[in-house]
Parts: sequence; C-alpha cells; structure tokens
Amino acid sequence: MALRRQSVILGALLAPVTLFLGVFFVLPLLIIAVFSFLTPGLYGGVEWAFYHWNYGRIFGWADGIMEVYEPIYLRILLRSLIFAALTVIVTLILCYPVAFWVSGLPDRWRLVFLFLITLPFFSSLIVRLYAWLLILKPTGLFNTVLMNLGLIGQPLEILYTPTAVVLGMVYVMIPFMFLPLYASVDNLDRAQVEASLDLGANRIQTLVKVILPQTLPGILGGAVIVFIPSVGNFIVPDVLGGAKGLMVGNLVEQQFLSSRNWPFGSALSMIIMAVVLTVLLIAVARARKVGGHA
Amino acid sequence: MAPLLEIRAARRDFATPEGGKICALDGVDLDVGANEFVTLLGPSGCGKTTLLRAISGFEMLDSGTIQLGGADLTALPPFRRPVNTVFQSYALFGHITVARNVGYALEVAGVAKAQRDVEVAETLEKVGLAGMGTRRPSQLSGGQRQRVALARAIIAKPKLLLLDEPLSALDRNLRQQMQIELKNLQHRLGIAFIFVTHDQEEALTMSDRIVVMRAGAIEQIGTPRDIYRHPRNRFVAEFIGETNLFAVTVDRLEGDTALARTAEGVEVLLPADGRKAGERLTAILRPADFTIAAQGIPGTVTRAVYLGSDLHLSVAPEAGGPDISVAIRDGLGVGEGTRLHLAHDPARVHVLEDA
Repeated sequence: MALRRQSVILGALLAPVTLFLGVFFVLPLLIIAVFSFLTPGLYGGVEWAFYHWNYGRIFGWADGIMEVYEPIYLRILLRSLIFAALTVIVTLILCYPVAFWVSGLPDRWRLVFLFLITLPFFSSLIVRLYAWLLILKPTGLFNTVLMNLGLIGQPLEILYTPTAVVLGMVYVMIPFMFLPLYASVDNLDRAQVEASLDLGANRIQTLVKVILPQTLPGILGGAVIVFIPSVGNFIVPDVLGGAKGLMVGNLVEQQFLSSRNWPFGSALSMIIMAVVLTVLLIAVARARKVGGHA
Repeated sequence: MAPLLEIRAARRDFATPEGGKICALDGVDLDVGANEFVTLLGPSGCGKTTLLRAISGFEMLDSGTIQLGGADLTALPPFRRPVNTVFQSYALFGHITVARNVGYALEVAGVAKAQRDVEVAETLEKVGLAGMGTRRPSQLSGGQRQRVALARAIIAKPKLLLLDEPLSALDRNLRQQMQIELKNLQHRLGIAFIFVTHDQEEALTMSDRIVVMRAGAIEQIGTPRDIYRHPRNRFVAEFIGETNLFAVTVDRLEGDTALARTAEGVEVLLPADGRKAGERLTAILRPADFTIAAQGIPGTVTRAVYLGSDLHLSVAPEAGGPDISVAIRDGLGVGEGTRLHLAHDPARVHVLEDA
C-alpha cells in the first residue's frame, strides 16, 4: 500500500523530466538516426528511400558516381579526436596543480577563486572567441608584445592554425576540467599522502601511487566532460581555425546549413556519437578496474 | 649506551590566523631508548602531536635537533627518516588491497614482488590478519583497519614506531585488548614505540615511561608509578588519575608523624621528616589511599558510584572544603548520606613543596 503510494509519487516527480527528454532528446536523436539512412533531397530535406551511401562516402564503399568516397572525412574525424584529446591533456595539466593550490586556500579566497573560474560564463562565447582573434592575429596583442620584446623578428602565424583551435578550446574548456578536478582534489585524504611519505615513498612515487589514483574520479570526470563537447565543437574552429583547423563539427554544420545535405550531416553526427560513446565506455571500464569498486 | 632517539631544545611556533603566535614546542628535550615504550600524554593542544610530527618529519623544527641512532634527522624529509607512523585515522590507501597497503613500504623501496609477498604474509600473521590480504580496507572493521595500519608501519622494521592516538576510534573493550596486544608486539619486535594519547589510563597501562606535556613543554618524565605516586606538580597530579589535593599548614609533630590542617580544618597526616610547624604545602592523596575507619576525617557520603570491583565515593568533610574522592573495595552498607571517618596511612601522602 505504502509502496504503491511511493511509486505513484516517484512517477509524478519523474514524469516531467522523462517527458522533456523524450520529446527534446530521444526523439531528435531517433530522427537523426533515421535520416542518416535516407536519400538526400535535392534542395535539403530528405526523400523517404533507404540510402547507405551517406556512410559509404565516409568509410569507402561509395560507388564513385552518385557519391564519392573522400578519405578527408575520416581524416577530419581523426583530427577532431586528436584536438579533443590535446584539449583534455592541456586543460588537465593546467588545472591539476591549480586545484591543489585552491583547495589549500583559506575559505574566503577559495570562494573568490571558484567565482573567478565561472566568470567567463557571464559573457558570450562568440565575443570571447573574437577577443582571442584580436589577440592572436599577426598584428594582434600577442605578436606585438613578442616583437617589441625582440623575441621574434616577424609575426608568428598562429591564427587559422590547429594551434589556435586547440588554444581556443583549452580556454573554453578550462572551467569544465577544473570543477570536477577541484572537487576530487578537495576530497583527497591528506593523511594518506602523509602515510605514503612516511612509508618511504618520495614525492613522485606518492603522486603516482596515491594522489593520482585517489583523484582519478575527478580526472576522468573532467576528461569526459571536456572531451565530449570538444570533439563536436564547431564554434572555436569556425572563428579561429581556418581551413587547416576544420573539425568534424564544422562538417556537420556545413551539411545542414550550406550544403543542405541532411542525411550526410546525420551520418556524420551518428559517427561522432559512436566514437564518443566508445571512448567513454573504455574510460569507465578502466576507472572500474583501477578504482576496484566504483 | 647512547639513547636511540635524542631530541634537543626542540622549538616550533605556529602563526595563528589572528596574526599571533602559538608555541607548540617550547624547548623540548627528550631521550628514548631502544626498545622502550614511551607515551606522550597531555591535554589537546599540549604539543604532543606536534612533537610526534616533528619526529616523523611532517613538522620542521624552528630550532633544535633530532637524532636517531646518532644520525641527524632534523632537516630530512619524512620519506628519508627510518621511522614509521600509525596514524590516528589509519590513513589506509583505499584504492589498493590490504596486502598492497601492508607491502607499500617495501614496494616503494623496490623490493621484488616474491620477497614482498612473503613478508606481507608474515606481517599480517603477526597482527592477527592472516589471509585477509586480498580484501579492501573498506571491507574491514575498525579493529581490523587498525591492525592493517600497524602491519603497514612495522613491515619495514623501523627502529622507532610512532603511534598517534591509534586506539581512540575503537570501543572500550577492543581498545583494552589492543593495548595489551600493542605492548606484546612491541616486546616481540624489539623496537621503540612513541605513543601519543590523551587517555591517562592508556598511558599508565602500556608505558615504560610517560612524558607529561603541557603548553609545548614537558612537565614530567617518569615511569607510570613515578608519575602516579610522585607527580612533580599540581598539573601532573590532577591530569593523571583522580586526585585529592589538600592545601595544608603543618600544625604539630607527633613522633614520626606531622599533623597538618587545611584552612577549613580537615586534618591530614604526613611523615614528619624534618617538617616544622607552620610550614605550608600541598598534600596529595589518591582515592584508593583512604580506608573507612573508626577515626580519621569525619564526613558524609554525597555520592556513591558502584563500579564492580570498586565503590567510588564522594565524601563531604564535616569541617568543610571540597569533596574528597574515595575508592574502597568493600563498600557494604555504605551509601549516599552515610556518615563515616576516612583514615589514611601517612606514608601514602605525596607532598608538593611550595604549593
């Protein structure tokens, strides 16, 4: 009796989110999945006929007449994965020591710092990226300063290169890496660090054998949260990337907006999702193994 | 033979958030012999934990030296000091098995796995955890974790083991059992233990010597009997066990005995040894020093607590003044409101001069 009542209440509480996600997440996902196997319409949209060349174009079984196999798509996908991985690595290296520093601050300063970390969210991403454009361009702040210091003879070509894209993504993603890292660093049992030193482990051994494993949940959490949006990111490469910095997100964007090939865009999206899911599953499985019981 | 551990003039100040300074160690000198069980005892904030952490290397001294077996440890980081610690929270590594926890010191020292496995099994056996190696610390009870922490700290055979209130999280029965086991283990291993506690009973039970600390300084060092029977000052007397302090003036001498009185008129007998009438001093009597007799200090029982082996009484002296704590073996017929006389052997009185 009481149990039934409880499940009714639970159902009532869960209904809104179920409905919301059903309509605005699962349904669009299904549409994309279905579209990826349909024939592209002449002026956008789809024709309801099965069509596997969308994937063929990407993976290499295109007929060469209707659709052409272009290895460039896989290369761009690979590049996106590499950019995302680089973003994860750089943000991790930047944030990890800072997380320790912040968790050692007195309460008041810690709150100030956590506020500062979230400060970029208060202004538009596009605006912030255009500011980066101003900084990185050949006559921009960065090059001007280096030139005036006499460190370089002529402006560095940073803008519209892969470097600029990774720089921009690192900048955008730092808060997403920092917050989960900070949470787990703050939870680290300092007595265990002392125990390790006490038992004769030097600082590096202690880092590898105690601190890293103990903060692994935060590292993985941050890595996942940074990796997923980075793979599909199209805004940063759009503003800072140029042709050499093109990422798979830009491809999808182009297919839907300029090329008006919805099925091909859908197929690309499905592949991004499959790749990200695979990476995620591997990461979780690894964390289980290292953490024993997650 | 030189002592194992020599601490000289150890000094450590901490800055307070308000900008002040707290002296956690105020010129501490301490020697610990090989194979000795020394307890650091004192109220919280007395500096006992700071002293322990100074020995393990987690606190650096502002001045003074620490030597172990003739080698100067003062400036060494914790991982270069041949001492190991059992932490109050145990600080077991949650992400690895019990066996790897115990073998950690050997692992980081580069001992081969086969050799390590043998020593881990031996050490687990020593602390009564044989066969538990494959478990995780989270699957163990509090008492078992305590043993893992102990095993992990002794596996590298340190000359000196530091224990930071290791029993405080255990329940009473387990604590008493562990006290005995620790003491036995220390004998078997033949290494020196420095044990920090604020529990005076624990200190009396286990120690070869007790170091009583207050406000960063050592008040007294001595055997448990010394500290209990001959406290050097009021603080030590009151901190160790229940105590009755009488501020008295010597009234007259009768043969070997001096008769002294408190301001209220409670009479205390002490050994005469050369005392003079009019001398002022503090007489210390433990609860068990009193017996119920036909003569002595007259008073009324205000509280009687039955503790199984003993009956603890609070007795209000008829003359006035603070209640006297008394512990007697056979309290048949004694209860709250009983009027009685408390007698004591003058030889049992410990006298603090210049009270």
